[in-house]
Amino acid sequence: MSTILDKSGFNPDKKLKIVGSSPVKHDGIDKVTGRAKFGADLFLPGMLIGKILRSPHPHAIIRSIDTTAAESLPGVKAVVTRVDFPELPKGSVAGDMSRNAMAREKALYDGHPVAAVAATSESIAKQALKLIKVDYEALPHVIDPIDAMKPAAPILHDHIRTKGVKDAAEKKTNVVERLELKMGDVEAGFAQADVIVEHEYDTKPMHQGYIEPQGCVATCTEDGQVELWCCTQGPWVFRDRLTEILKIESSKIRVTQSELGGGFGGKTGFYAEPIAVLLARKSKRPVKIVLTRGEVFRGTGPVSGTRSRIKMGVTRDGKITAADADLVFQTGAFTGSMFFNAPQAMFTRYDLKNVKTVSYEVVSNRPKVNSFRAPCVPQVVFGVEGVVNELAQKIGMDPLDLRIKNAATEGYKTIYGETFGPIGFLETLIAAKNCDHYKSPVPKGQGRGVAAGFWFNRGGETTGTLNIATDGSVTIILGTTDVAGSRISISMMAAEELGIPVDKVRAVMADTHALGWNRITAGSRTTYSSGMVIIDSARKAITEVCRRAALIWGVPEEGVVFEDGYCRPASSNVGEFPPLSIAEIAGKTTLTLGAIAGHSEMNVTGAGPGFGVHIVDVDVDQELGRVDIKRYTVVEDAGKAIHRLQVEGQYQGGAVQGIGWALNEEYVYGEDGRLQNPSFLDYRMPVASDVPMIDTEIVEVPNPRHPYGLRGVGEVPVTPTMAAIANAIGAVIGVRPRSLPMSPPKILKLIEEARAAR
Amino acid sequence: MSRKYHVTTTVNGDEYEYLCEPQQTLLDALRDALMLTGTKEGCATGDCGACTVMVDDTMICSCLMLAVEADGKKIETIEGMAQGEELHPLQRNFLELNGSQCGICTPGILIAARALLDRNPDPTETEVRYWLAGNLCRCTGYDKIIRSVLAAGKEMRGA
Repeated sequence: MSTILDKSGFNPDKKLKIVGSSPVKHDGIDKVTGRAKFGADLFLPGMLIGKILRSPHPHAIIRSIDTTAAESLPGVKAVVTRVDFPELPKGSVAGDMSRNAMAREKALYDGHPVAAVAATSESIAKQALKLIKVDYEALPHVIDPIDAMKPAAPILHDHIRTKGVKDAAEKKTNVVERLELKMGDVEAGFAQADVIVEHEYDTKPMHQGYIEPQGCVATCTEDGQVELWCCTQGPWVFRDRLTEILKIESSKIRVTQSELGGGFGGKTGFYAEPIAVLLARKSKRPVKIVLTRGEVFRGTGPVSGTRSRIKMGVTRDGKITAADADLVFQTGAFTGSMFFNAPQAMFTRYDLKNVKTVSYEVVSNRPKVNSFRAPCVPQVVFGVEGVVNELAQKIGMDPLDLRIKNAATEGYKTIYGETFGPIGFLETLIAAKNCDHYKSPVPKGQGRGVAAGFWFNRGGETTGTLNIATDGSVTIILGTTDVAGSRISISMMAAEELGIPVDKVRAVMADTHALGWNRITAGSRTTYSSGMVIIDSARKAITEVCRRAALIWGVPEEGVVFEDGYCRPASSNVGEFPPLSIAEIAGKTTLTLGAIAGHSEMNVTGAGPGFGVHIVDVDVDQELGRVDIKRYTVVEDAGKAIHRLQVEGQYQGGAVQGIGWALNEEYVYGEDGRLQNPSFLDYRMPVASDVPMIDTEIVEVPNPRHPYGLRGVGEVPVTPTMAAIANAIGAVIGVRPRSLPMSPPKILKLIEEARAAR
Repeated sequence: MSRKYHVTTTVNGDEYEYLCEPQQTLLDALRDALMLTGTKEGCATGDCGACTVMVDDTMICSCLMLAVEADGKKIETIEGMAQGEELHPLQRNFLELNGSQCGICTPGILIAARALLDRNPDPTETEVRYWLAGNLCRCTGYDKIIRSVLAAGKEMRGA
């Protein structure tokens, strides 16, 4: 039987009434009135406050932890340390997760949790933390990934042997994996090139920077049933991981997601949640833990810093012949950076036959990295798109023309094995070339940069339910998290299918007891995958609506058709009946067969790849080295923009995050291995006065695997940003920066070097 | 247990009383004692603006003011912005122009934007950007926030 996955019903000529408009999102009213409940906003009777004690050492053996004094402080109801966590093997996935949540044998970074307390007030909890005595034996530490690869480097984990290396069996190392990915023959490819450009690049870890610190409330009954309220991008994944590391059956853990105050990948993994559950289990009282901003910086996932060497060759007439790269990814104290995305995506968008990449993932004494929009890809696109621009410059070609000439199109077989279906890279490049920004002359004294980016877009395991109420209005239960307007977009698609106004639809995010398993909300999969599941549910509900109409009319089911929200007789042979609306049919369900609903669970496939091009004009203060973003345009293929304002918001937000990464944001460590800038004052994210309006152009090359043609749009907008800005800076100062962030001291140094060379 | 202080204050026109510890902030009192959770904590160091409220008609970060200092003062929070069923023009424009994405920064930005429009009904884009430079947003890239504020200003001027 065919399903929506192989028969989407995509019809480019279909007149759409709702999809493609921009109705006010239904959850918006709660957000502008302060009603919306985020992670920190739940209060329960008898609730305790949990606080976490964190290691001040980047690397230390924990000899002993004495909690006696803390436990006897009046008001303290529970203390947990490593002894409260079930034993799990070192180096196993669960073992690493558990050890990141609470240090065991060693503390592995400044900010690594070592103990926690729950008390009747925050001030008592803080006082109790001071009474916990931890006996550390400080060890030499290593922060920089290149240093961590050296033979004499301090070793973080005894069990790591480099994966992907033959003779690695006996050697302790910080290199988790070596991954080689190649296609074609790079040497032959470079032999055909007339111009070869090769450079080294480095990028620094940045933080996802969500404004809502992680917050959760856990409860646990005497018979071991756990309820967890938290801000998360993956309630089911949180539940499963709690099951694994705390050895509690999944059916006894109910995770309820709050509104999410920003995540961008950083809330795909848990931090304080298992600690809150253990404190609740010990105290038998609700326990709330809300991280401070300092804890967010020191203890939660930043983004991988990288070192890379990138080499590409081109013929005089503009055909790129080969690409070669060595990449090093810093993953923090534990593996899990998803570095493998980078070699798969970094060159993918160009019609390349000869590619070779060697990638390394390296542990060092920093917090374990977490996902961020297009995990591990923007860092290396920074280099690739710089090299591409330089190739264009050297052969005297317009940088967009070179990309147009080398754009991958339908039928291209990628390095990761997928053969592209219909994609919109070429259309996006042409739209960029024809947009007002690119056609306008570069203002005097400024520089213009362009860069392109790609993301796979994802599908994955998704469940959902659509219920038709007896008055014909509709409720939707989603298993994915609404990170930026997916509830309204999915409601719009349901309304379009059902032929009813979108105001008659309301969508909620489910808890883990309410639906089957859902993959995390990440990788630009949500509006696509949950949309597929809910469209499928709507179609099932429509089949049922038709069946009820047949019952009401006393005609065979095939005698009923559904059009624009109404059941009608399929032909005059069926009989003369006035059309029945969904509301009229739903109002008679007591007389027919009971409630009408649709439900669907799928491992969604068919996500359409996304491509974007950024254009930026910058001004560089030659005395201060400060870069000012003067004009910015994002051109990106959305397949089909379901809710146009939401899509624009994704483009604009991604670009400004990239501007921060490009110009300011980085983790700064002292010689002592401690993070020196764990605050919004010293970790400088873009503010409103730093940036201009971000112009957007939505390209729509439909993905026919989706009923309305959509592609994910969340990841692509940050992939080309840093490269585009670097190219623009290069156009002003004559030398393209190759190290992030492109902060004033670095730019000033480049200006001075360029002056000296003249 | 440290001694608690008794504070009487007016919040959104209603008189409230609470007990607070000497080190607690107005933000703590609003959220934990009065359960007015519309005011958010993003940093607790005055850098993100998520906790922006008005105290005696002055815009402040409530994380930087002690709860005891609010005694006898007039406080306005996001919960008091709409009048009955009537949303403030800023709230309506943020809805219509999608000035709020995840929504965590939105209450602070709305309070700050209202303070701007109250003193400068016709701000330029640059003036809005600098006025809101103390309010971090990580989702929107600020574009739709700025447009929402400018549109609300225009509407309020009857322009």
